[in-house]
Amino acid sequence: MTPAPGTPGLAPPASPDAKKASARKNARAAARRGTPVWRRVLPPVIVLILIAAIWDLVVHLGHVQDYIFPSIENVFRSLFKNWSGILASATWVTFQEMLYGFLISITVAVVLSLAVHSSATLRGAIYPLLIGSQAVPIVVIGPILAIIFGYGISPKLIIVAISCFFPIVVNLVDGLGSVDPDLIKVMRTLDGSRLATLFRVEVPSALPSFFSGLRIAAVYAPIGAVFGEYAGSQNGLGYVLIQATPQLNTDLVFAAVLLLTVMSIILFALLSFLEKVCCPWAGKGRK
Amino acid sequence: MTSTAGSPAQEPEAGIRLEEVGRAFGPTVAVSGVSLTMPLHGHLSIIGPSGCGKSTLLNIISGLDDPDEGTVEVLGATTPDDRLRRCAWMPQRDLLLPWRDVLGNAALALENQGMHRKAARSQVTGLVKRFGLSSFERKLPHQLSGGMRQRVSFLRTLVAGKEVLLLDEPFGALDSITRADLQFWLRSALLEEPRTTVLVTHDVEEALLLGDEVVVMSARPGRVAARYATSFPAGASRRELLRLAEFTELRDELLARLEEAS
Repeated sequence: MTPAPGTPGLAPPASPDAKKASARKNARAAARRGTPVWRRVLPPVIVLILIAAIWDLVVHLGHVQDYIFPSIENVFRSLFKNWSGILASATWVTFQEMLYGFLISITVAVVLSLAVHSSATLRGAIYPLLIGSQAVPIVVIGPILAIIFGYGISPKLIIVAISCFFPIVVNLVDGLGSVDPDLIKVMRTLDGSRLATLFRVEVPSALPSFFSGLRIAAVYAPIGAVFGEYAGSQNGLGYVLIQATPQLNTDLVFAAVLLLTVMSIILFALLSFLEKVCCPWAGKGRK
Repeated sequence: MTSTAGSPAQEPEAGIRLEEVGRAFGPTVAVSGVSLTMPLHGHLSIIGPSGCGKSTLLNIISGLDDPDEGTVEVLGATTPDDRLRRCAWMPQRDLLLPWRDVLGNAALALENQGMHRKAARSQVTGLVKRFGLSSFERKLPHQLSGGMRQRVSFLRTLVAGKEVLLLDEPFGALDSITRADLQFWLRSALLEEPRTTVLVTHDVEEALLLGDEVVVMSARPGRVAARYATSFPAGASRRELLRLAEFTELRDELLARLEEAS
C-alpha cells in the first residue's frame, strides 16, 4: 500500500518548515521569560495592600466602632485568637462540605452532560429540569433538607452540589457540542465509531470549557456550604457566622469571611493549575 | 504499511461511478445530473467556480452524504456506510487534534480500527520519518508550521488504509511556496502509491499537476461542463511541467472554460 522504505521522492524539503517552527519556539520561550512570577503576583498584592490601607484609614480616622466595622488588625487578631478554639475546626468542616459537595456535583454533572449530549430525547427531557433546579431558592430548601437529613454533613453536600452543578453542566454540554463538524466527518471517514469520536475528539476538546465551568462552580461552593450551615448545623464557618453576628462579634465574622475567601481562591487556583496540566494545548495555535 | 481491517477486495476495473447524481439542500440545488466514471487508481481533479457543488460531490462519494437522485458506486459499494469504509476524506483545514502529538494524530485511524495505542504509534513511526517529519514526532500541532500540519493531516488520511482518497482543496490554506512544495510532493507520492484520488480545487495548475483527468463544473446547480485528459511526463519537475507547451495550452483552455462556467 505504501512504497518501500527509503524512497527518495517522498521526503519534502523540511528546512523552511523546521526553521519556522524553531523560531516560533524561541518566541514562546521569550514570552514565558517575559512574565516572571513577580510580575504576575505583584499587581494583585498592590491592590490588596491599597484596599487594606483605605479600609484601615477609614476605620481609624472615622473612629468606627469595632462591632460596626473592625480594623484589619482586629480581624487578624480575632483570627489568631479564635483559630485553635473555633475557626480551625469550623474551617475544616466547611472545607470538607465544599470539597465533597463539589466532587458529587462534578460526578452528577458529567453523567448528566454525557446523557444530554448523546441523545436529543434525553436533552429535551433533562434540560428543562436542570434549569428548573436553579430556580429553586436554596434559602427555602436548606431548612427542608435539614429537617429530612438532620444537622450532619449530607444536607450541606446536597446544597453545595445543587449550587455547583449547573455551570459545570452548561459549559460541558457546550464544549462537547462545539467540536468542528468537519472534524466529526473526518473521524467518520477514519473508521471512528460514535464512542471513539466521543472519547478521542469530543471529550478532550470539551476539557477547557469543562474547566471554565469548574472554576465558576468553585466560587459557588463556599456560598452553598454556608447556606447549608445557616439552615442547621453544629459546626462550620456558616455556623460561626450565624453565632457571631447577633453577638456583634464583627471581627470574628470578618475573620470567618476571610477564611471562606481564601478557600475559594485556593480552590480556584488549584483548578486553574489542573487545567494547565490537563490541557497544555489550550489557547495555542488558534487562528 | 500492512493492510488493516476493512481493505476491500475489488474487481480490477471498478473505480468510482456516478450516474445522474443530484442533491438539493432545501430549495438550493447543489448538484444536478452529474455523471462521472473513473478507473481504479485514477486521479481525477474537479475544478469549478465556488458554490458549484464540488464539496457536495466529494461528500456524496465518501458516503458522508447520500444523493437525492441517481446512484453512486465506489469500488462496488453503493450504500453510504460501505462507501465510508472505502473512502478517506481530507478537508482544506488540517483539523489535527491539538492534544495529540504528530505520532498520535497519524495513528488515529489505526486506534479507531481497534489497534492499541502503542502498537499504532510504532506502526506509523516509519511513515512519519518518510514524510520528512522525523524529530517532530512528539511535537503538538501548534508547534508545527502550516505545511507540516497539512502533511501530518495527509499522513493521517493515508494511514487509514483506504483505497480512495478524497481531497477537498487540501492546500488551499497554505502560502503559495508551501503549496507548490506540497503539490509536487503529493504528485510524486501518488505516482508511487496506487490509490484512487479525487481532488477538488479552484487552482487550475494544481488540478493539472495532480490529476490525470480534469473535470470542469458549471456554476450552481453544478453539472459537468467539460472533461480533459492530461498526460505529462511523470519524472518532470514542477518548473519543467509549468513550461511545457501542452501544459500551458491546457491551462489556458481550462481557465477559459472556468470563465464560461461561472
